[in-house]
Amino acid sequence: MSTQTPSKALSTVTTAALFAFGLATSASAAEYTRVDTASSRITFKYTQMGVGMDGHFERFGASILFDPARLEAARASFELQLDSIDTGLTEANEDVKGKIWFDTAAHPVATFKSSGFKALGDNRYEVSGTLTIKGRSRNVSAPFTLTPADKAADVNGTFTLKRSDFAIGEGEWADVVILADEIRIAFQLRALHGAQ
Amino acid sequence: MNNTYTRTAIALHWLIALCLIGSFALGTYMTDLSLSPRKLELYSWHKWAGVSIFLLVLIRLGWRLGHPPPPLPASMPAVLRAAAHFTHIALYVLMIAIPLSGWLMSSAKGVQTVWFGIVPLPDLLTKNADLGKQLESLHFLLNYTMAVLVFTHIGAALKHHFIDRDDILRRMLPGRRPG
Repeated sequence: MSTQTPSKALSTVTTAALFAFGLATSASAAEYTRVDTASSRITFKYTQMGVGMDGHFERFGASILFDPARLEAARASFELQLDSIDTGLTEANEDVKGKIWFDTAAHPVATFKSSGFKALGDNRYEVSGTLTIKGRSRNVSAPFTLTPADKAADVNGTFTLKRSDFAIGEGEWADVVILADEIRIAFQLRALHGAQ
Repeated sequence: MNNTYTRTAIALHWLIALCLIGSFALGTYMTDLSLSPRKLELYSWHKWAGVSIFLLVLIRLGWRLGHPPPPLPASMPAVLRAAAHFTHIALYVLMIAIPLSGWLMSSAKGVQTVWFGIVPLPDLLTKNADLGKQLESLHFLLNYTMAVLVFTHIGAALKHHFIDRDDILRRMLPGRRPG
């Protein structure tokens, strides 16, 4: 029939379009666009008098764009609400908001902005960027793993900072014998696809 | 030897006495300090002393099993004899219970005890602020109970020496033992 040819042609076009759309969808499906902060954690470890202590931040924001196939376009930024800190030492939780610690009145957030990513193989990557705490900025890089799961990925990484680089603990606290200089930051993030 | 303590028993008695008094004084002083590196340091020292006392008390009890203390004077009335035994038992119980309560309190407050900054003790409790406060109250209560018993103990020793004029105090003093 004469009507069959155009119809068949249309269906071919539709199939091609769907196929193309499907490809596009599957490409963007590999892209992680947001972090489920409710199921993510940013924690830290430090030592005082040889005793390992665990702390964490209750509130933080994260914005990411990460496609393992397009690392050059990947970016990530974090904002930690410093007054939501739990130092692991109840007595210290109020003190650390003060001027000689984080000075949260003047610097309420700590930020990280990525400058680049590189692949280390086997779901392992490294992010580099600028960490700013208390008005002081340092370049840091952190290796992490990104383990894809159903509709999400688990991101786990760590890096170490020196509190003296950011004047966290001034005056008598600048001494690093009793309270160590190194602070090990760990992030466990749940990265999601798609719009909010 | 029948009426004396061994040198080891005497040494342990006075070493533990010294540690107890020092640790009690430190504990009383450090708690009211505002947070400082000094405070963290003192807290650690206090915990190290507590673990050390606990171990010394275990050694002392072990030694005591093999070397029973000399008997109380036959002239002592039965009721005072019973009071002396009760006080000694209570002191031993407290010397064991107080470090344990401190260790558990530290765990509940989320701070592991690391003996001399080197030997980590296991945390038997997970972090729990309410439990930490309860154990803190218990630690205080046990300590003040012990303080009362220590004063009783010292008072009794002085009474034996100056009023009863027996050798109860002298036999625990160092340097006068034949063996």
